Amino acid sequence: MNIPAEVVAWFADGSHWSGAAGIPALLGEHLALTAASLGIACAIALPVALWLGHTGRGGVLAVQIGNIGRAVPTLALLSILLFLPPPFGRTTLSALIAFTLFAIPVLLTNTYVGMREVDPAAVDAAKGMGMSGPEVLHKVELPLVTPALMNAVRQGAVQVVATVSIAAIFAFGGLGRIITRATGASGGFDVPQIIAGALVIAVLAIAVDLSFAALGRVVDPVARARSRASRAARSSPSRTGAPEPAPVS
Amino acid sequence: MPVVGGVLSSVAGVHASSASQNCLARNDWICPAYVTSRSSQLVDALGEHLYLTVVSLLLGIVVSIPLAVLAHRFRKARALTVGVTTTLYTVPSIALFFLIIPFLGLTAASVILGLALYSLTILVRNLLVGLDGVDPEVVDAATGMGYSNLKMLWSVELPLALPSAIGGLRVAAVSTVALTTVGAVIGFGGFGNLLVTGVASNFHAQVLTASVICVVLAFAFDLLLLALQRALTPWRRTA
Repeated sequence: MNIPAEVVAWFADGSHWSGAAGIPALLGEHLALTAASLGIACAIALPVALWLGHTGRGGVLAVQIGNIGRAVPTLALLSILLFLPPPFGRTTLSALIAFTLFAIPVLLTNTYVGMREVDPAAVDAAKGMGMSGPEVLHKVELPLVTPALMNAVRQGAVQVVATVSIAAIFAFGGLGRIITRATGASGGFDVPQIIAGALVIAVLAIAVDLSFAALGRVVDPVARARSRASRAARSSPSRTGAPEPAPVS
Repeated sequence: MPVVGGVLSSVAGVHASSASQNCLARNDWICPAYVTSRSSQLVDALGEHLYLTVVSLLLGIVVSIPLAVLAHRFRKARALTVGVTTTLYTVPSIALFFLIIPFLGLTAASVILGLALYSLTILVRNLLVGLDGVDPEVVDAATGMGYSNLKMLWSVELPLALPSAIGGLRVAAVSTVALTTVGAVIGFGGFGNLLVTGVASNFHAQVLTASVICVVLAFAFDLLLLALQRALTPWRRTA
């Protein structure tokens, strides 16, 4: 059996690109579920993480929640949700709850750790300038924690993409269905389709990862300020002359 | 569901005198009769789960040490190692297991290789952090005392990197115990097999019992490795 050729043939088959079971429809479903649950998880976890980090309390809690999130198998939570009475069971709500719950620990722990790594000297200086607690959070800590926060969101996004893929084992939607439809009910394994599905999922996960990495670079306020400063320096007339004298303050 | 219900009620019928059997017929979530009547199944699942987890972690450890040491010594090796392991970590487990199948087939080895690759990312990263954190003055002192490269690595750098490395091992172990369940997609998932068959046969007790054991197992690994960390790094213990 020539697997690579059969996988290519699978992708070349037009019927795999149309209809409710086609790649575009499943991809749309996968992305919609990912975006919705990542959004909910961010709305819950990020404010809590920022506040815990700002006050410096709840470190043990933040780390333990991360630990619990790692210890609970995706399949375990999904199978329990499947058996609960309506509105749970095999519903979109169950899926969203599971995906959100698996994204929260990643977001919470990483953002909290990022907050604790904000330079305390910067926070002290801001307080010395008379900034209030919320001002310190908004004007100093938030810009400085943005890279760590965006990294947390990036890891959360990758986590959700993976969780959605696994949920297909229990016939929830998304790209994992390409694989699970090829394993089984009628017995055999349709290996080319399984490999094709696995490839699509892997490519999606890597694409999501890279997109969030790029987004993180774009929204980092410190890096943006630096590049603005270097642009200004380049376009200033003094660039051909002697170095600028130190500002008198 | 009706089939299983029938099987369960007939089981309950045989032992009608035993009140505890009723929980199987009622499909209760918590059912001691499930644990006693399927103990051999549970022990088998535990054996498979431990085997898959431990072997893949050991494989991850064995491979991660040379990778981290090379990445610590050579800048190019660092970019390559960190890049490849991070990309691998991004690939969802269900996809990774199936992408290994053409090479290793529908075997436990496919699951073990997949799990080992995931643990590799965490293990390499933490060991690297540990090696990078070794005080350069300590390295200088050891060089001055005539330590060879290998002896430096073995008796100075690796021991000092140990706390960070075992920290990574704890994270990897907890994740691996949970991820092993996904191996059920190719028939080797320890308690994951019980989760999948439990869902297929609408068996509440089986699903809840397997879920709880998985979580307990993950924390047991964590505590065991915490104890190992304390035992191996006595100099870090404060009075």
